[in-house]
Amino acid sequence: MSDQQPILELRNVVKRYSVGRGMFAAKRPLMAVGGVSLSVPRGQVLGLVGESGCGKSTLAKMVLGLETPTEGEVLIDGRPIAQLGRLERARLVQPVFQDPYSSLNPRKTIASIVGLPLAVHGEGTGPERATRVEEMLAMVGLAPRHAAAYPSQLSGGQRQRVAIARALILKPQLLICDEPTSALDVSVQAQILNLLMDLQSRLGLTSLFISHNLAVVQMLATRVAVMYLGRVVEEGPTAEVMVRAQHPYSRGLLASVLTPDPRLGLPDTRLGSVFPDPLSPPPGCAFHPRCPLVFDRCKTEAPQLRHHQGASRAACHAAERDAAMAPA
Amino acid sequence: MTTPVLDVKQLAVQIPVTDGILHAVRDVTLTVARGETLCVVGESGCGKSLTSLAVMGLLPGSARRTAAHMRFAGEDLLTVTPRRLRELRGNRMAMIFQEPMTSLNPAWTIGDQLTEPFLRHGKGNRREATDRAVFLLERVGIAAAGRRLGQYPHELSGGLRQRVMIAMALMCGPDLILADEPTTALDVTIQAEILHLLAELQREFGMGLLLVTHDLGIVARVAHRVAVMYAGEVVESGPTVTVFDEPRHPYTRGLIDCIPIPARSRPGVPLGTIPGLVPSLVGGIEGCAFRDRCAFATEPCARPVPVVTGAEGHAWRCILPSAVPSLLENPA
Repeated sequence: MSDQQPILELRNVVKRYSVGRGMFAAKRPLMAVGGVSLSVPRGQVLGLVGESGCGKSTLAKMVLGLETPTEGEVLIDGRPIAQLGRLERARLVQPVFQDPYSSLNPRKTIASIVGLPLAVHGEGTGPERATRVEEMLAMVGLAPRHAAAYPSQLSGGQRQRVAIARALILKPQLLICDEPTSALDVSVQAQILNLLMDLQSRLGLTSLFISHNLAVVQMLATRVAVMYLGRVVEEGPTAEVMVRAQHPYSRGLLASVLTPDPRLGLPDTRLGSVFPDPLSPPPGCAFHPRCPLVFDRCKTEAPQLRHHQGASRAACHAAERDAAMAPA
Repeated sequence: MTTPVLDVKQLAVQIPVTDGILHAVRDVTLTVARGETLCVVGESGCGKSLTSLAVMGLLPGSARRTAAHMRFAGEDLLTVTPRRLRELRGNRMAMIFQEPMTSLNPAWTIGDQLTEPFLRHGKGNRREATDRAVFLLERVGIAAAGRRLGQYPHELSGGLRQRVMIAMALMCGPDLILADEPTTALDVTIQAEILHLLAELQREFGMGLLLVTHDLGIVARVAHRVAVMYAGEVVESGPTVTVFDEPRHPYTRGLIDCIPIPARSRPGVPLGTIPGLVPSLVGGIEGCAFRDRCAFATEPCARPVPVVTGAEGHAWRCILPSAVPSLLENPA
């Protein structure tokens, strides 16, 4: 039974913040995550995509136990994360963050940064830990001489390798990568994506991979979820979302990826530029003010995440209408 | 052809560091015509940002800048007086920086920051400055522009701040804009919008645009011409289509192959990478600076590599006899 149990399961997770607007104004609720249900089976990678402010990082923080959901439940390996202690949680889930400059302690050597989780969890003797650190550094493509170096002596790509080594040294059940390549040069991004892909196949990692770029996500993800203003608007197998995205927002995200083709010119994403104010989300479908396919129903009724055609689900009235009109 | 708005010949920037002289920019020659976009592309540390700072005269105090000439609209920036440089800067040549969070003054309103260069360069009175600020904020796609003037940078999103930066650069109607990674800190969707905007404004106002980036995806979509920089040198330059169709330098090919492409890059199929690290630029470099990372390197690469010129102004620093093929299994 436990084989079929997802490593990560989100059950209708909601996160509301209360936002003050000056000293005397009443606080207003801000719905950062508005009811997200997702699951990631063992050995799979779920790509989570969306623009800044869509709630993807808040979701990651809840999975890491850094934020508590207002409603709903986060389960890791079948156990509610709220019931886990700090150490226990750290054994199950580890993060790799965006900025390899601020996520490593500048005063510690690489060996002590990577070995710290082992020390905290009291794993092995000193020499055993040193061996495991050495193996881990080799696994992420760092040379033995890097062990004695400080973060400031490494390049951005090397630092991100250190962050990955630190995250993996406890052999966690789940790895959370939050924009792991967004701060890097495109050429270094390719190296880190290749490394994650290699580790994925060697270690059978289960992970949640967050990015604003769909082309980056597809390298690793078995499934993709697209978020907009706190909700999942499309979810499905990566290949299907990449080739036959059903939600106009997913299509806009895809169109905005700049591929190295000098004859295409700049894409028209048809998204406009006005990202809605999360304090006063639009009525109906939150995406309707930017949607090229908008019709009356979208302005009043929020669409539900449903199957329309194929294996993906989409929260879109236009997708539903088109599927109904298409020949069976 | 008319005089280019920017004409830089043999620019070098040297920075003294503890263990010697850092040759950050070595022999860079480039031109930008009016209405033209030149993209300078390369990895962190290749000297692309320093090149644009050298043009603007904004290098750190310890840096030494030399060049055969560095003409802006016919005037040599190497020999102008500091007073004349201040007249030109922010006025006829303007800069857009990468980080709109750190390059706007958090203690000044958007309106004050926009009108300051206009008033300082004596373009008109306060009322005219405000009118132009509102006009440009609307032009860069900011709704309720009048209200925005009283707001502070922290009240705006990253995308809006970058639009404000662009509007600020346009305040005095410049002949040349230098944009250093203007979209790197932004989402892909906003990036597409901002690049659209820059291209449109450029057509409208006929400015030259020198755009510095590390992403060949951006270059492909906006540049008329491209200069690929590696280790302080331009290793390949030419019309964008030619350089992408027939890259003559293995480094250019490497940068093209490392970009993930929707619906083609797949799990299990690695992206192209450029193995190894950029060489240290402290002290001199003999021969091709890329040879330690190059799959095609041979013994003659250790000797100085001359610049080869092809058709349509395509030029490269490589001894390979033909265009460099993609090493990917499934190339574009």
